[in-house]
Amino acid sequence: MTTDTALSTPDLTGDSLDREAWRRLRQNRAATASLALLALVALACIAGPWLTPWALDEVDWNAFLAAPNLDDGHYAGTDANGRDLLTRVLHGGRVSLSVALVATFVSLVIGVLYGAVAGYLGGRVDTLMMRFVDIMYSLPFMFLVILLMVVFGRNILLIYAAIGAVEWLDMSRIVRGQVLALKRREFVEAAQALGVRRHTIVTRHLIPNALGPVIVYVTLTVPKVILLESFLSFLGLGVQEPLTSWGVLISEGKDMMETAPWMLLVPSTFLATTLLCLNFLGDGLRDALDPKTR
Amino acid sequence: MLRYTLTRLLQAIPTLWIVITLSFFLMHLAPGGPFDGERQLPPEIEANLLATYHLDEPVWQQYLIYMGNLLQGDLGPSFKYKDFTVTELVAQGFPVSLELGLWAIGLALLIGLPLGVIAALKRNSTVDYLVMGTALAGVAVPNFVIAPLLALVFGVFLGWLPVGGWNDGAWPNLVLPVVALSIQQIAYIARMMRASMIEILGSHFIRTARAKGLTETEVIWRHALRPAMLPVVSYLGPAIAGIITGSVVIEQIFGIPGIGRYFVQAALNRDYTLVMGTVVFYGALIVLLNLLVDLLYSALDPQIRYDD
Amino acid sequence: MPTPLLEIDRLRVEFDLPGGSVAAVKDLSFTVHEGETLALVGESGSGKSVSSTAALGLLPALARPTGAIRWHGGAGNEDLLRVAPKRLRQIRGNEISMIFQEPMTSLNPLHRVGRQIVEVLAKHTVLRGRDARARALELLEQVGLPEPGRRLASYSHELSGGQRQRVMIAMALACEPKLLIADEPTTALDVTVQAQILSLLKDLQRRYGMAILFITHDLGIVRHFADRVCVMRGGERVESGETAALFADPRHAYTRMLIDAEPHGRKAPVPADAPLLLEAHDLRVRFPLNRRLFRPTTYFEAVRGIDLAIRRGQTVGIVGESGSGKSTLGRALLRLLESRGEIRFGDTALDGLDSAGMRPLRSRMQVVFQDPFGSLSPRMTVGEIVGEGLRVHAPELGRRERDALVQEALHDVALDSTMRHRYPHEFSGGQRQRIAIARALVLKPKFLLLDEPTSALDRSVQATVIALLRDLQERHGLTYLFISHDLAVVRALADSVLVMKDGVVVEQGDTEALFQAPREAYTRELMRAAFLEEAAA
Repeated sequence: MTTDTALSTPDLTGDSLDREAWRRLRQNRAATASLALLALVALACIAGPWLTPWALDEVDWNAFLAAPNLDDGHYAGTDANGRDLLTRVLHGGRVSLSVALVATFVSLVIGVLYGAVAGYLGGRVDTLMMRFVDIMYSLPFMFLVILLMVVFGRNILLIYAAIGAVEWLDMSRIVRGQVLALKRREFVEAAQALGVRRHTIVTRHLIPNALGPVIVYVTLTVPKVILLESFLSFLGLGVQEPLTSWGVLISEGKDMMETAPWMLLVPSTFLATTLLCLNFLGDGLRDALDPKTR
Repeated sequence: MLRYTLTRLLQAIPTLWIVITLSFFLMHLAPGGPFDGERQLPPEIEANLLATYHLDEPVWQQYLIYMGNLLQGDLGPSFKYKDFTVTELVAQGFPVSLELGLWAIGLALLIGLPLGVIAALKRNSTVDYLVMGTALAGVAVPNFVIAPLLALVFGVFLGWLPVGGWNDGAWPNLVLPVVALSIQQIAYIARMMRASMIEILGSHFIRTARAKGLTETEVIWRHALRPAMLPVVSYLGPAIAGIITGSVVIEQIFGIPGIGRYFVQAALNRDYTLVMGTVVFYGALIVLLNLLVDLLYSALDPQIRYDD
Repeated sequence: MPTPLLEIDRLRVEFDLPGGSVAAVKDLSFTVHEGETLALVGESGSGKSVSSTAALGLLPALARPTGAIRWHGGAGNEDLLRVAPKRLRQIRGNEISMIFQEPMTSLNPLHRVGRQIVEVLAKHTVLRGRDARARALELLEQVGLPEPGRRLASYSHELSGGQRQRVMIAMALACEPKLLIADEPTTALDVTVQAQILSLLKDLQRRYGMAILFITHDLGIVRHFADRVCVMRGGERVESGETAALFADPRHAYTRMLIDAEPHGRKAPVPADAPLLLEAHDLRVRFPLNRRLFRPTTYFEAVRGIDLAIRRGQTVGIVGESGSGKSTLGRALLRLLESRGEIRFGDTALDGLDSAGMRPLRSRMQVVFQDPFGSLSPRMTVGEIVGEGLRVHAPELGRRERDALVQEALHDVALDSTMRHRYPHEFSGGQRQRIAIARALVLKPKFLLLDEPTSALDRSVQATVIALLRDLQERHGLTYLFISHDLAVVRALADSVLVMKDGVVVEQGDTEALFQAPREAYTRELMRAAFLEEAAA
């Protein structure tokens, strides 16, 4: 219930919900700082390998397990084979980030389509589709992915597909919940009463309003995917030489941590920073899109 | 309640069957046989080996044999640890993994729940920001990063605790793996408990409790805690799955002789039967624990109807 | 000489918000005397609930109350704003208790009903164990809960809204308080249940001799329930006095407006030979109850064989309580829901038409929904929302022409056309409802389905929307189907009325005839509950 009072804001064009959310996000210092830092890491991984003086597999015969120093260009030291660590970390970042993007995209496409279809059709189809998701949920997926890796060998395309196939479950549940809730809203009924076509209702009324939670969830899926990939690589079941990734480097660093701690610390810092920033950003986005929760 | 339990048990069977069947046929899609890669075997010996393991029969027959053995608790022989059956290896490793896992989930609840409650009660205070900031870091940083770092600091630099080994579960050997395994779950549980506690504290029945003249302590202990814990209870399923998955790396890092370590070794050595046996075992474990969690939840929440 | 029990003295409650502090209650003073019923009346945002929660110290942490709340029911004269927390807890639930607007969520879902009542007794009385349970049982009997013995062991989700409110009342009365604060205790309930709860409160008041501070927006209740009235607006007291005197001779313009806001007038009848516009025969709608995979679906029939005929220019009212199927019927007539039976609009049969077949007809039959917050797409501007129908039904129009029509429609519902660039969340409930009406009108429809269009609005806003609907009907020759649970509104607007219950029509007829002489017991019960005494008598 509200009173029928006139509005006091003098300007003619109003503020859309999205613009208000964006303003709230910019006021969140942790989220904006995270966004900036993430951009920096991404930029470094894309452009960095060309800027460091060493190539990925180039062996510096003068520096095995050399500590970080600025003079010979090993800014983050070298590994047991005399390869420049920073170069390897940035290359590894490319793999980790590309897995993150591709696998998240795979999960987004499957999850959104599956969830939207189930939610929009409703009824028995919905029950059947969600029962399937329930069963998938109770499977020990991590282990099936490892099984997949063992059987088919360590193939980066397979990693994309496998991780994407795991992560779509949550997405489909979120999208279905959104669509079901929106479908019952009166503005959708009003559009039906106007004679608006089905696909226009989906594109004009359902998708824009379901987008917020999906964006938040995507931001939180990316770190999960990076984590999964590093987990597999750490166990030696992920990407293979000559490719490397943060998980592989941390695993190598762990074995050398007593003599060359930088080999553990540098890739760990990159991975932890990226994951932390993504989580901060996700939390910030959620608060911005739904200010009631804080 | 009994009927509900039975129905849920029946529902777990198809899930288990899917896990087993999926893993079985995946393994048989694998290029090459289990005896490739070692030195070339004479044909008659290879034929002998294949016959022993029923590998010369059609796949569907092998499947039936495997299922039959499985029902008797036989997970088949290990191809690499030639003296042991998979069942024996799992039976050896399981008590170790179980001890590790129980400590970890216990610690996660013991620390995560109070942290979440405190943060919620002191909402938007320095304490809250501190706890939640740390929790977010705990969620973000993976255990395979935390574990070596803990070992580096407390094992190598400070020398307080052993860097690895099991030593029959002596407590100095337990501390680092348990902490590394539970940090992420502590963080998740604290965040979840805070959010749910804040929601409950704002609810109408809490206002009713205050209007009755109860003290704030009575309001929180009698009325707020139990409903606020319900989401955490339903999260226990994923939490347990997370700890089981995490134990795989943690056992590897700290050199603990649990199932996880066998599993990784088997995966790297392509010991098909052992990998599969472990997956089936883990699958059954996760399905059963999920069932237990559901039953616990339904016991705590009277609004659950049993007629489903 | 009445003895004062609770004195609110120059109470001011400020809320510290990010943008600065806002005063929800300003300089409010009133007194509740022993044994009387004082009604605190106001529309949303008037500060009536805030001032009553302040009395029990239950305000949110952001609130800063100043002034004094003097309590004479305990040890002499205490200021509840300054009393020690321990003493305040002794008063709560014991000397002063409270019941709330939200019966569905005010009980702890995890505790049995009996335990929640016993808890109050254990807190404030010497009763324990078996004695406390016996007292709880006695209380449940007194509040008229069926099977009170069994109910002690029930959880709240096993009870209906009315039953839960009875449990709340039992809990509030457990320690025989001197004052009961009732904050809109019947607003969430159906009218017939509301009438039962109100008469229960009256009975119990007589038995226990307590005073009641009754907070409500509903003047109909006030007139029949309160000894004295205090009218509030914008956090301030507007007027107060004896109920009868205040209704007979309201001094303040705002009070007069509130009393006048009860809808007046009657609809002028249409000629008897006006052509039929919308007809339905044996209309049925059913919903699947349990869609399980391997079991046959069972259905719930929400509308069970309804006949209906609306002539051009008429307004047909449909009244009924929640769950009566009235909204389902409306949606089925517009073919927004699958139904069985015949529907004719003009000379077209609607049953059997698919969505493409319905599309050309949609511009002639439009709808306005109840919820002014849910019925506008939140990410579109008002201009886009109002213009959306034109894009379907007049795709040949250019941007400029469409914009002109949108402006015209907004002008029609008395909204400033410059508002079309803004978004729905920037408008009040009444304004949003006008936007929803404009969205329907822009298509120049013949028939408008009005599904509880005024139920979510304050009385004074409701009156302006009703005036607008009347005006539009006259100017554009519209035909209305008006669905409402509010008998007063239907009486003022409709030519004829259908009373629905459990999916069937209980009674129908011309509005005046039906209201003057209802034939069915259920209709009479509805009217009595809605305080339309002259009709029920």
